[in-house]
Amino acid sequence: MKLKTLTAMTLVAAMAAPFAATPALADLVFPSLSYRTGPYAANGIPFADGYEDYFKLINARDGGIGGERIKVIECETGYNTEKGVECYESTKGQGALVYQPLSTGITYQLIPKSAADGIPLHTMGYGRTSAANGAVFNTVFNYPANYWNGASAVVNHLLDVNDGDIKGKTLALVYHNSAYGKEPIRTLEELSKKHGFKLTLLPVDHPGQEQKSQWLQIRREKPDFVTMWGWGVMNATAIQEAANIRYPMENFIGVWWSGSENDVRPVGDKADGYKAINFHGVGDDYPVYDDLEKYVYSKGDATGAGDQKGTVLYNRGMYAAMLAVEAAKNAQKIHDTAKITPAMMRDGMEALEITEGKMADLGLPNFGPSFSVSCANHGGPGLASVNQWDAKAGEWKEISSYSESDMDVIGALINADSTAFAKESGITPRECADDGVMASMSKDDIMSEIEAIKARLGELLKAAEAL
Amino acid sequence: MPAEFWYGVEVLLNGLMAGVMYSLVALGFVLIFKASGIFNYAQGVMALFAAQTLVGIQTGQIPFAHIINVVLGTDVHHFGWHVPALLGLVLALVVMIVFAILVEKLVLKHLVNQEPIILFMATIGLAYFMEGFGELMWGADVKRIEIGLPQGGNAWVEENTAFLGGEDFYGFYLDTLDIVATLIAVALVTSLVLFSQYTKTGRALRAVADDHQAALSVGISLRTIWVIVWSIAGFVALVAGVMWGAKSGVQFSLSLIALKALPVLMLGGFTSIPGAIIGGLIIGVGEKMFEFLIGAPFLGGATENWFAYMLALIFLIFRPQGLFGEKIIERV
Repeated sequence: MKLKTLTAMTLVAAMAAPFAATPALADLVFPSLSYRTGPYAANGIPFADGYEDYFKLINARDGGIGGERIKVIECETGYNTEKGVECYESTKGQGALVYQPLSTGITYQLIPKSAADGIPLHTMGYGRTSAANGAVFNTVFNYPANYWNGASAVVNHLLDVNDGDIKGKTLALVYHNSAYGKEPIRTLEELSKKHGFKLTLLPVDHPGQEQKSQWLQIRREKPDFVTMWGWGVMNATAIQEAANIRYPMENFIGVWWSGSENDVRPVGDKADGYKAINFHGVGDDYPVYDDLEKYVYSKGDATGAGDQKGTVLYNRGMYAAMLAVEAAKNAQKIHDTAKITPAMMRDGMEALEITEGKMADLGLPNFGPSFSVSCANHGGPGLASVNQWDAKAGEWKEISSYSESDMDVIGALINADSTAFAKESGITPRECADDGVMASMSKDDIMSEIEAIKARLGELLKAAEAL
Repeated sequence: MPAEFWYGVEVLLNGLMAGVMYSLVALGFVLIFKASGIFNYAQGVMALFAAQTLVGIQTGQIPFAHIINVVLGTDVHHFGWHVPALLGLVLALVVMIVFAILVEKLVLKHLVNQEPIILFMATIGLAYFMEGFGELMWGADVKRIEIGLPQGGNAWVEENTAFLGGEDFYGFYLDTLDIVATLIAVALVTSLVLFSQYTKTGRALRAVADDHQAALSVGISLRTIWVIVWSIAGFVALVAGVMWGAKSGVQFSLSLIALKALPVLMLGGFTSIPGAIIGGLIIGVGEKMFEFLIGAPFLGGATENWFAYMLALIFLIFRPQGLFGEKIIERV
């Protein structure tokens, strides 16, 4: 009898546990759709740790956001789309303010759900690129940069190091043979027409451990540059194969998902000089880390094993959390309440403005680009920097400042793709007062654009007078 | 001969080398299937676990450090020593033998005389358990294997073959790691064949493979044989894990190399050790040549994975038991 009672009590306790874990209504809930298991765990862990540690810092140092404590609900997706959707469904009723799916596949599935539920998605550097058009994608944000900005940043870097001329050169794209890997192709095709370079496409099947054919082709054809859109084991294998065929590493440049320590360390010294574009700072030489040490690490409260501090993907997770916190502060200000809803959070994200002054105040000087988000532009200006791996020092080094991507080409592609999506989905685009591309520019850029237009007008007037 | 011809030969040679790498994985499957009729779904995870264990031992990593730190409130990660490569390999092998004993005691012992599908399902469970156990024990971070294996294109081969195809030919590219893998595979297969054919234990293994009941009736200990065969498969997994881990780091995806072994097994047969090698070579050459001649120029590339399975399926139509598999005749 006693055993039966004990069993019944245990069962009741087990059933009640999930409810006990439900946050108090006053908490601001930020779900973390993480992947600490599966083929991509090595990359999912640092991001999830950085994401949660920053929220812990805000709770410990500032007492939350506007006096409201933050609650992070972690849900394991295993980088699996079905599990990601399950995580969304199981956590959305707990007051989730914003989702960061950390997977392009999950993002695509959540876009219609997010629109229906009014819960915003933030897909920083991944997901559906044309979601940058806020007039069509009301609840999806992909600031500060997207895949097409990344493709343009690669080409811009190649232009920079080749005196602005890559006409007649060859660029090989080694890409994960999936929706993610194929994202930059359209942009690179347009840019190849514009700059006169030849584009070679080299798909690699999942998971990407066997790439001999692709690299033998690169060895035969000797492209001037190689760029990579890879993830997980594909990255390290590609860099190893490049080293094996003695391809010059300085001509090999990956997207930001192919530029973490996990991608270069397995290759050792031979990965030295490999480059990757990025949209945030690297390393731990930022004042925010002093605060993290004081309020989180030293209290034994670091998330996970606490060994990811300063890695590229930890910084990315921390940056994502910082942008979420700033958007939440915005939402509280706009709606004059600390207890914000997902709809208010969306408004906060749409009115987000990140300046260098604000970044410095947050302990992250020169960590990321300055940008602002608007009704029409949910993607920001698409600024990216270039990092290079220093194998001897065992660290990434920033070798360029944040530079603009080719918005003439990207803006047109975004408009075309988002318009097609709106048509397919029966969405009537919102009326936005701002112009998407102009909104993505800084004040200085707009002023110089006005000056250029004035100068051009002057020239035209002179020509007209001469006639 | 034009450079294009010699590049074709280069692709063929690299296909052979890739085939050897696939065979290393397929061998583990064959050994267990041959001796116990079990298709060991966990073979890929065993390769991952063996490689994780080797790196963990070598670098002096404390097993289950994360759990220890959480439970005891400590901050320990490493013992502070570095074990030499050879000793690390021996200790990793010891761990794989302990693993084989545990598998026999906790799983196989309870499933004697069960249907093959039950044993297969048990290995699926074992694979999932091992995935999580390995990550808990050694962490999920990407690790580098440092046992002094040579890597990179072989300069000697490149220089001495460059004259073949004129100015546009840069000499044959052969990865030194692949050459080493080939030598290891030859030694491994030779010793396994000799062991299986000419030793008392080897003959006992074959007897168990033919008929569990008959083997038991002549005094062969089924449980001992299973421990031996899982230990040997553990050793093969260690070799495969080291070779593949050297190419791309030791990370979870190492367990997915099993996918590369499946077409090899379908083609070579599940019961033949030489079949695993020949099957690997045919798959390796077939997929690489198809990609070179048809896949990349006409189909947009990335044809290797599906072509390997297509090739295996075509062979299956004509020889369902594989090239070297034993023909199963069941009389009514």
